[in-house]
Amino acid sequence: MLLIPCPFCGPRAEIEFRCGGEAHIVRPADPATLDDAQWADHLYFRRNPKGVHHERWWHVHGCRRWFHLTRDTVSDRILAVYPVGSRSPLASREDER
Amino acid sequence: MVRYSIFTLARNALTGHEHWPRAWRSPDPRPAYEVVIVGGGGHGLATAYYLAKEHGIRDVAVLERGWLGGGNTGRNTTIVRSNYLHPESAALYDHAVKLWRDLSQVLNFNVMYSDRGVMMLAHSQHDVHILKRHVHANRMAGVDNEWLSPQEAKEYCPPLSIDPRARYPVLGAALQRRGGVARHDAVAWGYARAADALGVDIIQNCEVTAIRRDGARVVGVETTRGYIATKKLGLVVAGHTSVLCAMAGFRMPLESVPLQALVSEPVKPVFPCVVMSNTVHAYISQSDKGELVIGAGTDQYVSYSQRGGLQVIEHALEAICELFPMFSRMRMMRQWGGIVDVTPDRSPIIGKSPVEGLYLNCGWGTGGFKATPGSGHVFAWTIAKDEPHPLAAPFSLDRFTTGRLIDEAAAAAVAH
Amino acid sequence: MSPARRLPQGGRIDRRRRLRFTFDGRSFEGHPGDTLASALLANDVLLVARSFKYHRPRGIFSAGQEEPSALVQLERPGGRRDPNLRATRQELFDGLIAYSQNRWPTLRVDVAALNDRLAPLFPAGFYYKTFMWPRWAWKALYEPSIRRMAGLGQAPTEPDPDRYEHRFAHCDLLVAGAGAAGLVAALVAVRAGLRVIVAEDDVAIGGWLLGEGSARVRLDGERPDLWLAQVRAELEAAPKCRLLCRTTVFGCYDHNFVALLERVADHLPEPPAGLPRQRLWKVRARQVLLATGTLERPIAFPGNDRPGVMLAGAAATYLHRFAVLAGQEVVLFGNHDGIYAIARDLRWAGARVTLVDSRQRPAPRLVDELRDLGCEVRTASVVVGTGGRLRLQQVHLTTRARAQETTGLPEVIPADLLLVSGGHNPDLALFAQARGRLVWEEARGIFLPGEAPWPVRVAGGANGCPTVAAAFADALRVAREIVIDLGRTPPSVPLPLVEEPGAAAIEPLWRVPMPKPRQRAKAFVDLQDDVTVKDLELAIREGYGAIEHLKRYTTTGMGTDQGKTGNVVALGLAAETQGTSVPELGYTTFRQPYLPVPFGAVVGPHRGRLFDPVRLPPSHAWAERQGAVFEPVGQWRRARYFPRTGETMEQAIAREARTVRQACGLMDASTLGKIDVRGPDAAEFLNRLYTNDWKRLAIGRCRYGLLLRDDGMVLDDGVGARLGDHHFHLTTTTGGAARVLAWFEEWLQTEWPHLRVYLTSVTEQWAAFALSGPQAREVLRPLVEGVDLSPQAFPHMSVREGRVAGVPARLFRISFTGELGFEINVPAGYGAYVWERLVEAGEPHGLVVYGTETMHLLRAEKGYIVIGQETDGTVSPIDLGMEWLIARGKGDFLGSRSLARPEMRRPDRKQLVGLLPRDPAMVLDEGAQIVEDPTASPPAPTLGHVTSSYASPNLGRTFALALVAGGRSRIGQQLYVTRLEGPPVAVEVTAPVFWDPEGKRLHA
Repeated sequence: MLLIPCPFCGPRAEIEFRCGGEAHIVRPADPATLDDAQWADHLYFRRNPKGVHHERWWHVHGCRRWFHLTRDTVSDRILAVYPVGSRSPLASREDER
Repeated sequence: MVRYSIFTLARNALTGHEHWPRAWRSPDPRPAYEVVIVGGGGHGLATAYYLAKEHGIRDVAVLERGWLGGGNTGRNTTIVRSNYLHPESAALYDHAVKLWRDLSQVLNFNVMYSDRGVMMLAHSQHDVHILKRHVHANRMAGVDNEWLSPQEAKEYCPPLSIDPRARYPVLGAALQRRGGVARHDAVAWGYARAADALGVDIIQNCEVTAIRRDGARVVGVETTRGYIATKKLGLVVAGHTSVLCAMAGFRMPLESVPLQALVSEPVKPVFPCVVMSNTVHAYISQSDKGELVIGAGTDQYVSYSQRGGLQVIEHALEAICELFPMFSRMRMMRQWGGIVDVTPDRSPIIGKSPVEGLYLNCGWGTGGFKATPGSGHVFAWTIAKDEPHPLAAPFSLDRFTTGRLIDEAAAAAVAH
Repeated sequence: MSPARRLPQGGRIDRRRRLRFTFDGRSFEGHPGDTLASALLANDVLLVARSFKYHRPRGIFSAGQEEPSALVQLERPGGRRDPNLRATRQELFDGLIAYSQNRWPTLRVDVAALNDRLAPLFPAGFYYKTFMWPRWAWKALYEPSIRRMAGLGQAPTEPDPDRYEHRFAHCDLLVAGAGAAGLVAALVAVRAGLRVIVAEDDVAIGGWLLGEGSARVRLDGERPDLWLAQVRAELEAAPKCRLLCRTTVFGCYDHNFVALLERVADHLPEPPAGLPRQRLWKVRARQVLLATGTLERPIAFPGNDRPGVMLAGAAATYLHRFAVLAGQEVVLFGNHDGIYAIARDLRWAGARVTLVDSRQRPAPRLVDELRDLGCEVRTASVVVGTGGRLRLQQVHLTTRARAQETTGLPEVIPADLLLVSGGHNPDLALFAQARGRLVWEEARGIFLPGEAPWPVRVAGGANGCPTVAAAFADALRVAREIVIDLGRTPPSVPLPLVEEPGAAAIEPLWRVPMPKPRQRAKAFVDLQDDVTVKDLELAIREGYGAIEHLKRYTTTGMGTDQGKTGNVVALGLAAETQGTSVPELGYTTFRQPYLPVPFGAVVGPHRGRLFDPVRLPPSHAWAERQGAVFEPVGQWRRARYFPRTGETMEQAIAREARTVRQACGLMDASTLGKIDVRGPDAAEFLNRLYTNDWKRLAIGRCRYGLLLRDDGMVLDDGVGARLGDHHFHLTTTTGGAARVLAWFEEWLQTEWPHLRVYLTSVTEQWAAFALSGPQAREVLRPLVEGVDLSPQAFPHMSVREGRVAGVPARLFRISFTGELGFEINVPAGYGAYVWERLVEAGEPHGLVVYGTETMHLLRAEKGYIVIGQETDGTVSPIDLGMEWLIARGKGDFLGSRSLARPEMRRPDRKQLVGLLPRDPAMVLDEGAQIVEDPTASPPAPTLGHVTSSYASPNLGRTFALALVAGGRSRIGQQLYVTRLEGPPVAVEVTAPVFWDPEGKRLHA
């Protein structure tokens, strides 16, 4: 069970959290202008990387705040924590969609 | 191929089993193949076998990063069933169930397919509604499935508690008698041996490091054992699909998450069938060795570590002890995890990819083992003919664009 | 009289007290301090088990938790059956009843031992090669007999009467193992002021120093007991230290989450009142130190499995800890210096000892010393066989050189105990569980700890330290590192002066090399699963050489001991046979748990009532008094119907449903989710979430709202009311309450954080009672203050605040039945009170209280959907015929883009319709399939399914709702609906509204 460093509450057990999957998938401002393939890409297609992953977590049984983590999906080590709306300190060009 | 039988076994016993040949060769990769399959699990090996057997394509290599069957083939809870809700799914999985029946004889390798029945429990009116819908739908799809009262369910599986005072009492069950279990490793080995006998090169310890394209076409793969040219590349790598597709330059509608399972210490026969419960999240059977084999759920985050948390196991065992209070003193001997690639609609992806000559067979999520023969069979067709097998056609990648999903999520609230 | 093998003095047993126990029905005696194994050995019981596959006689192989062979079944009162317990670890208690396993009819005469004779037919993986013909016979014949033969003990048959606890704990340092190294590290940490948990599997601290080491090691000139007592006193006195004995660290999980199992009462016949049987500790440790010591490994040679063959260190433990001399005529076979000390101890205890050292030139000093004591020492020699049927009688010896020759008979010497030691492996299972890497050291043939991804360290024997002095120094060093890492100053911990034999030189030996003809006899690598050297060789010959294939093909290391003693031998052998190295071959994954853990302990208190909390609505107690029938709905328990004496369910529902439409009815709707939405941007926020337009909703008015996922599929529904410019009250379905709030919060926080909106779940704060029917207004009127109930002042779909039965209330004029309806919301604490007032007030008007079943029926008559019944995640509002709910011109909302895909407008999508069976008494099965051709045999295409189906007293017939492909264009057509028994029945497709299509009653 992971130990998640909630930026608001401090380190807490994973069972207090829910993982919201890949971060930085911004909902298009005007989805109507997207074609079906672009819309499908937004809805369903994910990086799912083996290695560094930026993802969203929700402290559901705690402060109920959303935040972002950067985690290595091979070692499951947590590399960085940062607020919603900001970039990971470990962000790379590949992370840009 | 030396035929396996009681007679060859007895004959070899006389010579101290000194003369058994290798089950499959260990060739070095050749520079080019007509078809290269990446992934030496059950699905990949089955694909290679059916390419050689049914389509006469024997110039095939199966590239495996580690050891054959080392992924989800060797890590699942071996349940086989086809009682899926949607007709497309039921047809695909039932295709597999039909192949399972004779698989030991066809491969001349005992995969120990045992159709001891798969029973799914209902614990609420909502469950009753959903499971009855399955029964009705399956019957129209030609898949056996029957409705049992709690008493009948207990007769079929005596350890089951049908105490009406339970937190989630058993209100009924859907039983697929043709469902059952098989020996997972044997499936990989049996297909490997049979494919090898037909001329397929099975290459272990050979990791693909890059996929080479010429424009929109695939032309080969770089591997840790050198470059291998091919015009037809089949990716059958389950949890690693996104990684390989990234090498080919596209993303997939997949997330790879840990799926955990556990076994108890072995005991004498006590559990005659397979029981699954979506509401309380558990599934259980007993292996031929005597262990209770228990499936737990998935962890919630993407991980390639084949490990997960104790809380997932805890949750599964709570359900088991609730349904089978007599198992509380049984002891967990080993827990483990696999990496499952989950699609948004919990149905697999079989067919062409955005890259010409590159074919995908993935997204089986938590339930791929049962499909192994059928998956290999339709995928071999798809590669050989460069068009989807009719059973595979609904499972194409473009369904995510059109929105014509095959949503088995209702049926897959729990891993299977 | 003292039992046969018990020495007159010594050991850590309490000789003043006697404990009686039985094994296979025979009575024996032992003492407190004994394990079942030591007591059996003391009583000269050597044969205790039969092996898994060949049913060979097996004895006691070890003195600890690594035991592969001596597994027994314990039977305690109250149906407490425990199969497969290690006799070497089970503490003796008075009245213990144990049985041997996997034998029939008796342990001595086991019919299945025939398997051993037929062994040539059963090499590794034989079952993959046969049992294939005829096909039906696998399930009917072969599999059942294989299953009967397999398994060890028997599963319990009774529910477990015992209780299990869970405890959470946090600490700076968790120390696994309280041997020499673990204790020193704990002392350092405690003196540095850290919070420390020390977990020891054994009944007392000391580890190796308790048994074998107690005789061999002096600390500051004294036996180790003195030092151990001092350490124990200090640790127990330290306020921030928790010392747990009988506690196994069984799982090292991610980020130093460590699971411990404390055996609170396993050493007693049953748990004392108020105590659990076991306690599972969930520890989050900042640092973990593994001081798990070593495990002795055997050597593979023919006949190395007979009762009377034992690990050398185990014999030393039985001698020193339990005062049991396990044999009189002892052969000790090994490849390192450590066995000399054991030989000496046994000799002093009175045994005749022959020591067989596989090495060419062991240190002459050791050899001479032993010979001076009257022991025989054979160097460059090996054991090549054993004799005896149910217990060891002879040992076959020869020189290493001659062992490989095909001619020449070995020397046979009489022996009743054969001790084996192939060296000691650092026990790194926990380290590997924590994702630590193992590094191979060729010289000693052992794995050592490498890197770990989080702060997990290893010290002492587990870190390769060969002596107590080295372990002390290592633990001191590692503990100081930990203290510094945690920002403290390392304290001074003076170590005792250690007197002990020096480090033992070793030459790795996995197997006794043998010429082919001699290999007929079985040399075991895995004693429990009967895996032999030949099995491994066969597997490699057939291409199963990868270490995981080897394991899976031969089953080596897959027993209950998970190969604790045999795995390294198998690995060494496999590398040797394939001409490769151990590092190249790799090792199999170490998985949790370290030792088997009862399911009950993992489950802890989450059983029965605590399996999942039950939520009860305010009227529950009242409903119970009325004899209501309940059903689980998610976590809630809701009243399903209220039968009167003698009524069937159908009759009760018919009465309830009729009465609601004719007079009025009351039901508890408190389970509905309720969300309070406030803030200047509340309407904008709801507009983005729901299909409807909330900006145009007037204050005091309500609106039915539909939530879609962004893929366009219906997520949930409910009614929203506008209480103020910036204030809304939203309801959700019962099952969707948490999901919808989560959905709201996620979008608000992650996508639209700039919107000024505040969300509060008020599900538990408001009791909600649905009162509906033509008389509803009359029932309510006398109870209400401050609200004009007239249709003009309080029209359908509006909300008012006032008092009901003197309690502040929100009244919603909404209806889920299609009748005039009010939903009365009062603070939950007054819920039960107001409920009873409503029931009283309704009595003169013929009010009926109804449950979920009638609610479902009534809403279906009206064509109202239920999320999860008419929808299943694949249904869009277009499919439901609810496009009228999609606001035009308000711009984008969740799901809108997906609805624009051509697929969503396909005419053959499944659409919501009504069905009227041609036979008005026929109740269709919910979930039944809809077909065009009733005679088509499967597989046949279907058009959809029945989502809801009822017998309606109000319509005087049965009806159903269904999702049917192209359903709206099929209205008026005849289709067929499947049944579980009998042919499909004819139905007419209709619009999905059966009751009051104009909505007159609603607006009454």
